[in-house]
Amino acid sequence: MEQKDTRSGFGAALELLGRENPNVVGLCADLTGSLMMTAFKEKYPERFFQAGIAEANMIGVAAGLATQGKIPYAATFANFATGRVFDQIRQSVAYSQKNVKICASHAGLTLGEDGATHQILEDIGLMRMLPNMTVINPADYNQTYLATLAIAEYTGAVYLRFGRPKVPVFTDINTKFEIGKAITFKQGKDVSVFATGHLLYKAILAAEILAKQGIDAEVINIHTIKPLDTEAILDSVSKTRCVVTAEEHQKNGGLGDAIAQLLSEKFPVRMRMVAVNDKFGESGTPDQLLQKYGLTEQNIVNAVLELLK
Amino acid sequence: MNYYTPVQDIKELEKITFQVRRDIIRMVHGASSGHPGGSLGCTDILVCLYFNLMCHQPKPFSMQGKNEDIFYLSNGHISPVLYSVLARTGYFPLSELATFRKINSRLQGHPATKEGLEGIRVATGSLGQGFSVAIGHALAKKLDKEQNIVYVMLGDGEIQEGQIWEAANFASHHKVDNLIAMIDVNGQQIDGTTQEVMNNRDIKAKFEAFGWQVLQMNGHNIPEILDTIRHAQTLCHKGIPIMILAHTIMGKGVDFMEGTHKWHGVAPNTAQLEQALAQLPETLGDY
Repeated sequence: MEQKDTRSGFGAALELLGRENPNVVGLCADLTGSLMMTAFKEKYPERFFQAGIAEANMIGVAAGLATQGKIPYAATFANFATGRVFDQIRQSVAYSQKNVKICASHAGLTLGEDGATHQILEDIGLMRMLPNMTVINPADYNQTYLATLAIAEYTGAVYLRFGRPKVPVFTDINTKFEIGKAITFKQGKDVSVFATGHLLYKAILAAEILAKQGIDAEVINIHTIKPLDTEAILDSVSKTRCVVTAEEHQKNGGLGDAIAQLLSEKFPVRMRMVAVNDKFGESGTPDQLLQKYGLTEQNIVNAVLELLK
Repeated sequence: MNYYTPVQDIKELEKITFQVRRDIIRMVHGASSGHPGGSLGCTDILVCLYFNLMCHQPKPFSMQGKNEDIFYLSNGHISPVLYSVLARTGYFPLSELATFRKINSRLQGHPATKEGLEGIRVATGSLGQGFSVAIGHALAKKLDKEQNIVYVMLGDGEIQEGQIWEAANFASHHKVDNLIAMIDVNGQQIDGTTQEVMNNRDIKAKFEAFGWQVLQMNGHNIPEILDTIRHAQTLCHKGIPIMILAHTIMGKGVDFMEGTHKWHGVAPNTAQLEQALAQLPETLGDY
């Protein structure tokens, strides 16, 4: 299967947006190459603003550009795009209802060798706590491409989270990407597996392993963590009555947390979360880290087996 | 466009400043909270901007502000002065000033957009942020090939925030030359004088080192404010952002509030209200 990085999906879509939407502007904090924004920068230099290593100001400038109708894509590594500038996003973007797209690469453990300083695992939680904020974590190159295009059509603040490594391209570029609409990858009756970002592919692999053991897992992609597709989640869970979530994020604040909140109020069922359990990451290859921190297809299989025991 | 008709007469502008100062004191008293000191100190400048210098359209209010001069209040805590000049130039009904800081009001303690108050384009209050937003808006005007100017007010305590210096770098680097920033240099902040709390040292030299052209003015002398800002306007569109250091007295216009940080964020009691109002003639009619 073809392997591509999700950030390249972002860069390719941004280049297309540059051509098709004159209101789209790009901002980056000294990571233009890493964010795959070089093509946009070179083709539309008057609409690209280098912010330097100064993320707080970048967020404010984006809010000002948005005020007069521009659609700023403000991009940097996920750690600097969220934790470092939480208050700027909170006041100047979310509370002020600005149409700013915060685009964050190198999220999670799969950043790899740079280590825990850069491996943010708390960003989804930070962003989904903010009123007016939409949170999207696409699964592969194609989905990141489609999400990058879709958020230009939506008026409002968005946190778009993607990653560094090359991962399988398995979603269909021709599927419709709708913000807030879950996508079912495999129907099943025994357990609902809700996965986001890089962990969606692991969930699909897990379902194949489970099928060999006679377990029929439903795999649903929650690319939009906020707003949650509550209807799709409740529909699936009312059928399967047990849930495993999978994400490259802390248990605290992530997709699992969001779904647990929904289900505890509307349809309490047994649940397991495949996520990082209140730890910082470390240096290593992406695969080694996913292994060590329990984010593999086998971890998803084990969680399902434990639930069905 | 339906631009505000400027008030040209200096005596008229002075009369307006008395009324705005009355509004500030009455609003803060009415809410039993708020920030009178900095509001009184920036009154003369905001009156000059909104009643004379800015090309702006109060009605209908446009959030985007295309083809308008724009003002941002980065030191959002001095919202009373902004609310007063907005109401008195026709952005929203004067009677709404009575709702300042009260439940269900559009006049939040610090300016906000959520309630849809006309004249407010971004929330400010957490310091250091409005400056960046103003720079972003100025960039949008350059992209749209507009000649209008974006104004932004900062506090001299506020410039202790690191984001201010990120923004200062950015504006000169990107030649944001349709921007006139002002610092309310009153030398006071909550915990004491700026010199005691965190010495700003030579603000002019700092901004010059960051690539700005720096002007200075007495922030209480209306002819000087008008002259300085008009001069600043002529310096725009030349590749360099403009900073004006406005030397002011915190609490200006109410003798017992002048020159002290003690009235930064404290409301007067009723006796103090009367004492203050006695010094500020009602020139346009109270709200």
